Amino acid sequence: MSIRYTFGGDEHLFVECSEEMSLEAFFKSLSMAKGVRESGIKGVTEICPANASFQVKFDPDLIHPDDILREVKAIEGAAEKAEPVLKTRIVEIPVFYNDPWTHETLMRFRERHQEPSGTDLDYAARINGYGSVEDFVGAHSGSPWFVSMVGFVAGLPFMYQMVERKRQIQVPKYLRPRTDTPRLTVGHGGCFGCIYSVRGAGGYQMFGITPMPIFDPAQTTSYLRDFMVFFRPGDIVKFKPIDRDAYDQAVEDVDRGRFAPPIREVRFDLRDFQKDIDGTNATLEGMLHGH
Amino acid sequence: MAIKVLHHGLATTVQDLGRPGYFHLGIPVGGAMDRFAMRAANLLVGNDEGAAGLEAVFIGPKLEFTEDALVAVTGADMPAKVDGVAQPGWTAFKVKAGQTLTFDFLKSGARILIAVSGGIDVPEALGSRSTYPIGALGGHKGRPLAAGDELPVGKASLSGEGRTVPEALRRKPGLPAALRVVPGLYWHRLTEASQENFFADEWKVANEADRMGYRFKGGRKLDFVARDQPFGAGSDPSNIVDSCYPYGSIQVPGGTEPIILHRDAVSGGGYFMVGTIISADMDLIGQLQPHTPTRFVKVTMEEALAARKARQASLAQLREALA
Repeated sequence: MSIRYTFGGDEHLFVECSEEMSLEAFFKSLSMAKGVRESGIKGVTEICPANASFQVKFDPDLIHPDDILREVKAIEGAAEKAEPVLKTRIVEIPVFYNDPWTHETLMRFRERHQEPSGTDLDYAARINGYGSVEDFVGAHSGSPWFVSMVGFVAGLPFMYQMVERKRQIQVPKYLRPRTDTPRLTVGHGGCFGCIYSVRGAGGYQMFGITPMPIFDPAQTTSYLRDFMVFFRPGDIVKFKPIDRDAYDQAVEDVDRGRFAPPIREVRFDLRDFQKDIDGTNATLEGMLHGH
Repeated sequence: MAIKVLHHGLATTVQDLGRPGYFHLGIPVGGAMDRFAMRAANLLVGNDEGAAGLEAVFIGPKLEFTEDALVAVTGADMPAKVDGVAQPGWTAFKVKAGQTLTFDFLKSGARILIAVSGGIDVPEALGSRSTYPIGALGGHKGRPLAAGDELPVGKASLSGEGRTVPEALRRKPGLPAALRVVPGLYWHRLTEASQENFFADEWKVANEADRMGYRFKGGRKLDFVARDQPFGAGSDPSNIVDSCYPYGSIQVPGGTEPIILHRDAVSGGGYFMVGTIISADMDLIGQLQPHTPTRFVKVTMEEALAARKARQASLAQLREALA
């Protein structure tokens, strides 16, 4: 995994840790981004970690691009030795799969889809080798997901499925992006899952909707009072399928300020995960449910 | 003191110099598309350069003032009128209590910046009054203005009427517009022929041009160096594993229509980028109308830094002229 450095104009240094996605690439990028933050390089104004890369915004009046390049490169060695361990949290997110709102939206944009005759779920189930939508939903909600990037729009998590690569769900994006996506749609594009934090344009396939707000600029949602964005890179997500009644109940709970998503602090060690994926996931899920 | 919005124009938003520091969460810096014009408008009416004003695109709003104010309009050439009487651009003028500020048709450029002495005094959100409509954040109720809105204005002295920005400092895009680019990011994904075509071709601003991004069309389709797509990137050759997007970066989905991300940029995504507009030319983009012929001009990092210094010299001259 050789690191590639390139500039985004005169204000950004772009560091690609790997061309392809993996949790190893995520950890390398995260530890380098952390190293840059801790090194206190002058002129650095913002550090944005991504899935397998990160970006440093700098003020070229304070540091010459050649100098920042040299200083960030110098961190590479230490970052490679960093332990791939995170103190993080696991959160359970309820999902109403095959809901009427994403269904209405996907029908409205059907001509932009690879398979105009079915739904996004039908299509994703078929091309990933599942016999039915139920089996596909079972796989989607059956293992945890790792938040490997926050962004695109305010607070949107990109999530990497925590299973062997050959079992990972993969789907293409819409042929042409939609101009509308319901707020809190659970979507998927390439190998990444996401939750649309706000209503707007989008190109990911749509599988369902969660009643749980993840971005609240008014900061009235009980668990978003301290900060308006819920997710941070490294969070682990487990989806829980719910039906219409449970969805309506959860929406009412959110409105009344009494919705509290189950959240537990966990320690994640990439090496343990690689040695025993199913075992690590079972332990994580156990902690989520208080075992 | 307040301003009553009688008509909102096309899309008029409260803007300042933005909210840096939250791009890692997908919240962009925002703020005036044309920063130099925003600073100039504020300095003309005696505000701090970072005070909040209004940015209006293509069509000006209709505003009624409840108290006397000093006002300046900079950026695009869209003549302001006070109770029907024309006012000069890039110049401070008085609006009296009860008078109405309106605008003529746009003559050139795309966005005007309206500064009012005292500044638009909406609450700050994450350290800025800029409007980020997608996130319903900042500005007036997190959205563009609508008829019936009332905007609070800060207290101010009203001295400085007639103060003006020297003509030489009023920067406008040329024709064709020239936007300087440092190639990079995923530039290596293009074939050599396409690398040449990108800079050789004349592009035109497309209709999809807003605060988030400016799309261009008319150049030849870009071809990619053949490769097996990396895991997680997606099957199209223009796809990458979703990464950060620099402000000013130029992505070309499908290799067809370049999109320059601007102040309200999405912070990341899965399309490759060919390079980035230099910081010195970002203001110009906000003044481009649809169909404007545009050339991308290849520059080195040292040229980009020299251009940045030149812009800073212009800003120093502006401050001196209005001190």
